[in-house]
Amino acid sequence: MTALNLIVVAAEETGEETSYNPLIPANYDILWSTIIFLIIVGVFMWKILPRLQEVLDERAEKIEGGIRKAEEAQSEAAAALEEYTAQLTEARAEAARIREDARSEAGQIVAETRESAAGDAQRLVETAQKHIDAERQQAIVSLRTEVGALATELASRIVGESLKDDARQQRIIDTFLDDLEAQVSADKAKG
Amino acid sequence: MANLALGAATAASSELAADDGDSSGLLGWLTYSDGFHAPTVEEFFPPALFGEGTIFEFNRIMLARVIAAAVLILIFWLVSRKAKVVPTRGQSVVEMLLDFVRTQIVEQVMDKENAKRFLPFLTTLFLAILAFNITGVIPFINMAGTSLIGLPIVMAIWVYVLYLGVGIKQHGLGGYLKTSLFPAGVPKGIYLLLTPIEFLQVFILRPATLALRLAANMMAGHLLLVLCFAATQYFFFEAAGAMKAMGTVTFVAGFAFTLFEIFVAALQAYVFVMLSSVYINMAIEEEH
Repeated sequence: MTALNLIVVAAEETGEETSYNPLIPANYDILWSTIIFLIIVGVFMWKILPRLQEVLDERAEKIEGGIRKAEEAQSEAAAALEEYTAQLTEARAEAARIREDARSEAGQIVAETRESAAGDAQRLVETAQKHIDAERQQAIVSLRTEVGALATELASRIVGESLKDDARQQRIIDTFLDDLEAQVSADKAKG
Repeated sequence: MANLALGAATAASSELAADDGDSSGLLGWLTYSDGFHAPTVEEFFPPALFGEGTIFEFNRIMLARVIAAAVLILIFWLVSRKAKVVPTRGQSVVEMLLDFVRTQIVEQVMDKENAKRFLPFLTTLFLAILAFNITGVIPFINMAGTSLIGLPIVMAIWVYVLYLGVGIKQHGLGGYLKTSLFPAGVPKGIYLLLTPIEFLQVFILRPATLALRLAANMMAGHLLLVLCFAATQYFFFEAAGAMKAMGTVTFVAGFAFTLFEIFVAALQAYVFVMLSSVYINMAIEEEH
C-alpha cells in the first residue's frame, strides 16, 4: 500500500520541483541494465555470432574453393588443348612423312618393276633369238642332209651313175651348199 | 503518448477509475484528455511494476529493455540456428547488419587483425544499442531502453574497462600511461598543458560522453515525441474550434519526429560503436 501512496504523492507533486536527476543513475537502473546487457553479450558472443561467423567462413571457403576449382579446370583445359595441338601437329607431320615415304616407295617399286620387266623382256628376246638360231641351225643341218641326198639321187638318176661313194658324195654336196649359201649371202648383202 | 503504453496500465487505470465520469470504454479511454501536460523528467521515472524502493525496482523502462533484449536474442537465435551457406532473405538482412558493423565501422578504424579480435563485442554492442534505441518508437513500448542513463553507463563502463585493459595489456601500465598521457612528438613544455587534458580525456571524458550522448539523445527524442503527441491529443479531443486544427500540425510534427527518431536510433548506435572502436584502437596503437 505504501507503493500506491507514493504514486498518489508523486501525482500531487506534479508541476512542482522534483528530486529526479536524469544524469544520476538509480541503483535499480544499473542493476537491471547490467543483467540485461550481460545476457545479451553472453548470448551473442558465445552462441549467435560464432555460429553466424561459421556460416560466413564456410561460404567464403566455398567461394574460394569454387574459384580455385575453376582455375584448376581452366589450366587443365589449357594443358589439354596444348597437348592436342601438339599431337595434331605431330600427326600431321607423320602423315606427311608417310605420304612422302609411300610416294618414294611407289616410285622405287615402279622403277624396279620397270627394270625387271625390261630384263625379262630382254631375256625372252634373247631366249627366242637363241631358239630361232638353234632352229635355223637345225633346219640348215637337216636341209643340208636331205637336199644333199635328194640332189645326189637326182643327179645319179640323171647321170646313171651311183654316187655311192660317201666321201665324194659328201664333199660335192658341201661344196654345192657352200656355193649356194655364199650366193644367198651375196644376194642378201646386195638386197 | 508515453502514458498510453505498458506502464500506463498501472498509473492510468487508477487515475481513470476516479475520472471515469464523462468517458467509458476503449474509445473513451483513447480520446480522454484532461488538459495539456508538458512532459517532464518524471517521464523517465515511471511508477514501479514491482520492487518499489529497492534495488530490484522494476518499472516499464526496465520492461522495455527486457522486451528489446528478448526480441533481439530471439531474432538472432532463430536466424543463427537456421543459418545456411546459401542465405534466406532474413539471414541476408542479418548478415547485412553484421557486414555493416564490420566494414563500415570497425574495419574503418582498425586493421583487420585487431578488427577480428574486437568485432564480436562491438557487433553485439551495436545491435544491443540499436534494439534498445528503437523501442522508443515501437508502439505500446514508446520508451527507448537507453533513455535512462543506467544502461548507457553500463555500456560505456564496459568499453572504458575494455580499452584500458587492452591498452595496459599491450603497453604495460607505465607504457600505456606514457603513450596516452605524454603523446610523442610534442615539445616538453606543452606537456604541462597537454597531460591534464589527456588525463581528463582518457579517464573521465571518453566514457562520460559516450554514456551522456546516447542517453541525452534518446531522452530528448522521447520528450519531443511525448510533447507532440500530448499536444495532438489535447488539440483534437479537448481544445475548441480553430484550435483543433493545430492538432494537425503537432501530429505531422510527431510523425516527422518518429521517423527522425528511427534515424537517430541507428545513428546513435553507429556513433557509440564508432567511438568505442576509435578508443580501443587508440589504446592498442603503438604511437598516436
